Amino acid sequence: MGAIYILWLRELKRYVRSRVQIIVSLGQPCLYLLALGFGLGPVFKEAGRGSYLQFMAPGVVGMTVLFSSVFSGIAMLWDRQFGFLKETLVAPVSRMQIMVGRTLGGATVAVMQGALVLVVCLIAGFRPHSWLAIPTAFLFVVLIAVVFAALGTTIGSVLEDMQGFQLIMNFLVMPIFFLSGALFPLEGLGNVMKWITRFDPLTYGVDGLRGALIRSWAFHAAVDVAVLCGLALVFLSTGAYLFRKIEV
Amino acid sequence: MIRVQNLVKKFGDLTAVKDITFEVKQGEIFAFLGPNGAGKTTTIKMLTTLLHPTSGSIELDGLDPTVKAKEARQRFGIVFQDPSLDAEQTAWENMDLHGVLYHVPRKVRAERTEQLLKLFELWDRKDSYVKTFSGGMKRRLEIARGFLHTPKILFLDEPTLGLDPQSRNQLWTHVRRLNETEKTTVFLTTHYMDEADRVAHRIAIIDHGTIVAQGTSAELKERTQSDSLEGAFLALTGTSLRDESADPKAGLRAVARMWRR
Repeated sequence: MGAIYILWLRELKRYVRSRVQIIVSLGQPCLYLLALGFGLGPVFKEAGRGSYLQFMAPGVVGMTVLFSSVFSGIAMLWDRQFGFLKETLVAPVSRMQIMVGRTLGGATVAVMQGALVLVVCLIAGFRPHSWLAIPTAFLFVVLIAVVFAALGTTIGSVLEDMQGFQLIMNFLVMPIFFLSGALFPLEGLGNVMKWITRFDPLTYGVDGLRGALIRSWAFHAAVDVAVLCGLALVFLSTGAYLFRKIEV
Repeated sequence: MIRVQNLVKKFGDLTAVKDITFEVKQGEIFAFLGPNGAGKTTTIKMLTTLLHPTSGSIELDGLDPTVKAKEARQRFGIVFQDPSLDAEQTAWENMDLHGVLYHVPRKVRAERTEQLLKLFELWDRKDSYVKTFSGGMKRRLEIARGFLHTPKILFLDEPTLGLDPQSRNQLWTHVRRLNETEKTTVFLTTHYMDEADRVAHRIAIIDHGTIVAQGTSAELKERTQSDSLEGAFLALTGTSLRDESADPKAGLRAVARMWRR
C-alpha cells in the first residue's frame, strides 16, 4: 500500500508544482469554448438546438480529462528517459502496485484538471440544470479519468520514443476526442458515423457528463456506467500485463 | 554473496554475455572492467532482475533473483549508469520515496536519510529540487539513496562517469567507508583503471561477453607483466576501438531537454 500511496503522491506533487503547465493546459479548452462555443453558437441556435455552449461544455470537460489522463500515462516516456522508471522497477514491490499507483495518480490529476475546466465553463456562462447534478457529473469525470489513465499507462509501457508519441496523439487521442460526440449530437448521424461513435469509449463518458449536467442522454446512465467500468477493467489489466513485461 | 554460473544473455542473434562464471565474497569490493559494449551493463541488469538471463544461474545472498525477485531486490541497492532520480522532487523526497518503496519503517527512514545526507554532504540542500543539483551532487545523492535500505550488496554501474577528480575521490572514500562500517558488498564497473586499482579488492575483466581474466590488481599486472592496471587491461583486451550503436533514447533526450522536463 505504501508504494501505491507514494507513487500517487508523486504524480500529484508534480501537477501542483508545475503551475505554468496548469495554466497552459487550460488554454486549449478555453480556445474550444471560445471558438466553437461562441463561434458556432448562432448556427446551432438557428438549427433549433438551443445553446451550443450548454451542449459542448460537458464535451470540453470530457476532452480535458481525456488529454490529461492519457498524457500522465505517456509521461512514463520521460521517466523512462530520465531513469526514474528503473528506480521503481528494481524496488521490492510488485509491478502491479507501481502501475496502480501511477495510474491512480494520473487519474486524480485528470479529475482536478477536469474540475478546473468545469469552473471555467461556469464562468463562461454554462449552467447545469441543477447544482445537485455536480456529484453525478463528478462520478463520470472519475470514470473517464480512470479509463484513460489506464489506457495511457498501457501505451506508455510499450512506447519507447518520441515518434511513437506523435503517432498516438494523431491516430488515437485526437480521433477519440473528435469522434466522441463531444462536439456534435449523436442523434441523426449517418450509419457509418453512428457506429464509429458507438465504438469510441469517450462517447459514453461525454454522454454521462452531458446527461448529468444538462439532462440530455443519448444512452441510459446505466449503460454509460457499465461500459466505462468494463473498459476500465480491460485497460487496467492490459496495462498491468504490459507493465510487468517492461525491460529497461 | 554473489555467485554467477555459466550466465548467457542473447538478444536475437547477438550474444551480449557468453557463459560467464564468477563469485563475489561477502564484504568484498569487486570491480568489473571492460571496454564499451563488453557486456558489463547487461550483466548488472541480469543481476538486478531488470533482464532475464537466457541461461545460467545467479545467486544473490543465496537467492535466485529470477525466482525470488522481490526478496532479492530488498537485499541490493543499485546506482545506474545514467541518472534515476526524480528531478522534480527534493533530495529529501527522493530519499523518502526510496525508503517507502523498500519498506524501511518511517523512523529508521528519517534517521538514515539524515545520516546519509550528512555523510554525503547534501544535508543543507535536502529541500532543494534535484533539478538544481550539479552532476556530482546527483551522483552522491544516488549513492546515498542506494545505501538507505541497508542493502547487503551495492551495485555501482560507472558511478563516476563525468565527474571531476575531486568528486570521484570523495565518492570512493564514502563508498569505502560504508563498505567497512556496514559490511556492504560492492560490485562496481568503471572505465577509470586507477579507481579500480585503488578501491577494488578483486577485479574481473570482461571483453566480447566473456571474462578474460580475474584476480587482484597485483595478480593481473603480474600475469600480463605490466606495471599498471591500465597496461594489464590493454594487454588483455587489445587496443582496437569499440563502437556502441546509438539508441533511440538519445533522440528523446534531446526533445525532452527542449521541453525542459
